[in-house]
Amino acid sequence: MTVQFTIDGLEVKAKEGEHLLDVARRHGIDIPSLCHHEAVEPIGACRVCLVEVRSGQKTTITTSCNFLVEDGIEVHTDTAEVRKHRAMNLELLLARAPKSDVVRKLASASGVTRTRFEPLAYEPLPNCILCELCVRTCDMLGHHALTTVGRGDKKRIGLPFNKPSDNCVGCASCLSVCPTQCISVKDTPTQRAIWGQKHDFILCKVCGAPVITKKHRDFAISEKGLPEDYYDTCEKCKQSAASKRFASVVW
Amino acid sequence: MSRTPKLDKKLISSILQQHKAGDASALVNVLHDLQAHLRYLPQEALEMAADHLGVSYAQMYGVATFYEGFHFKPRGEHVVTICMGTACHVRGAPRLLEQAERDLNVESGGTTKDLMFSLEQVNCVGACALGPLAIVDGTYKGSMTPAKLSNLLKKMHKKGKK
Ligand code: SF4
Ligand code: SF4
Ligand code: FES
Repeated sequence: MTVQFTIDGLEVKAKEGEHLLDVARRHGIDIPSLCHHEAVEPIGACRVCLVEVRSGQKTTITTSCNFLVEDGIEVHTDTAEVRKHRAMNLELLLARAPKSDVVRKLASASGVTRTRFEPLAYEPLPNCILCELCVRTCDMLGHHALTTVGRGDKKRIGLPFNKPSDNCVGCASCLSVCPTQCISVKDTPTQRAIWGQKHDFILCKVCGAPVITKKHRDFAISEKGLPEDYYDTCEKCKQSAASKRFASVVW
Repeated sequence: MSRTPKLDKKLISSILQQHKAGDASALVNVLHDLQAHLRYLPQEALEMAADHLGVSYAQMYGVATFYEGFHFKPRGEHVVTICMGTACHVRGAPRLLEQAERDLNVESGGTTKDLMFSLEQVNCVGACALGPLAIVDGTYKGSMTPAKLSNLLKKMHKKGKK
């Protein structure tokens, strides 16, 4: 079913079951966010994507990433109330991630350049804002290596018993989605160190560049039923081989 | 003699069998049952439980760490808890705790090397009239004194060694 409503005065249409943030962005209206990613379900963790939703007599301030659109609502993305609450949330996040450029930039765009709150950093992940994008992504990819550990001010992201995990294949997808880029990944030409484990790379048979970790290859081949030699050459060499083949056909 | 509870996989399996396989909603109940039998939640038990319930081991661990009541290190055969609520506190609970720490050679929250005792403190169990209060393996022992506690621990230790 289609629903119809307005965002900052603009008439928009969306499908029932869609989330407000996605609809707004599709219509070119930007709402800042930290814990949202198209690939995984939203959980409303960072509280940065606030908007004001008016429905009849009722006005609420809510996160837009996990707000299901409704017919006839009136959404405002930049009211004084929204700005006030977003600034407070960013000041709290700044205490968590004082060194994160992304958080600092968002905060200063909200007029927040310092925080009155005690820093609450967890050493191995110094700028982690507990958005759980890493956990959700790792789960979605079928690895299930990461979890939140503990709760309250002791909550953090980690592996069970803080031990290297059989499930982690070293794909580094967790880092690639991490808004503050706080997960430590160290690559050498032959190995990747991540989450307390070292993973050997498969090296491209043509140019010798790292293609994928061995463990990740084994996972991908068995899960997706790819041919055994799928990761023998890197993307670049595959492409140039394909274009050569193409050229030999054309000429 | 080391009292490390030997990991009894059969026991773990039989505990798990009492819960429907694939029923993730039983997660917390399973954690309680496992701890009741094993006194703590070892890695292997969490792995087996995750398999049984069809959730990931990481999720199993994440949920378990959410609750204060679950332990991840082997715990003592006997658990001695000193109430540190206000009423017990003013009647000398800190001296009870010190006595126990000295006798057992372990800090509050810790477990003795021989895994005979775990020592804990709690903020009021609501039995203020009995204070100062020590709880030994679930039994409330009121009007406790450092000397009485010391004696009790010695007796338990002797018995345990046999
Ligand atoms: S590197 Fe490991 S923890 Fe990170 S997403 Fe991949 S499997 Fe999960
Ligand atoms: S490590 Fe990064 S992605 Fe994971 S919760 Fe922390 S900030 Fe979010
Ligand atoms: S993006 Fe909505 S709460 Fe983080």
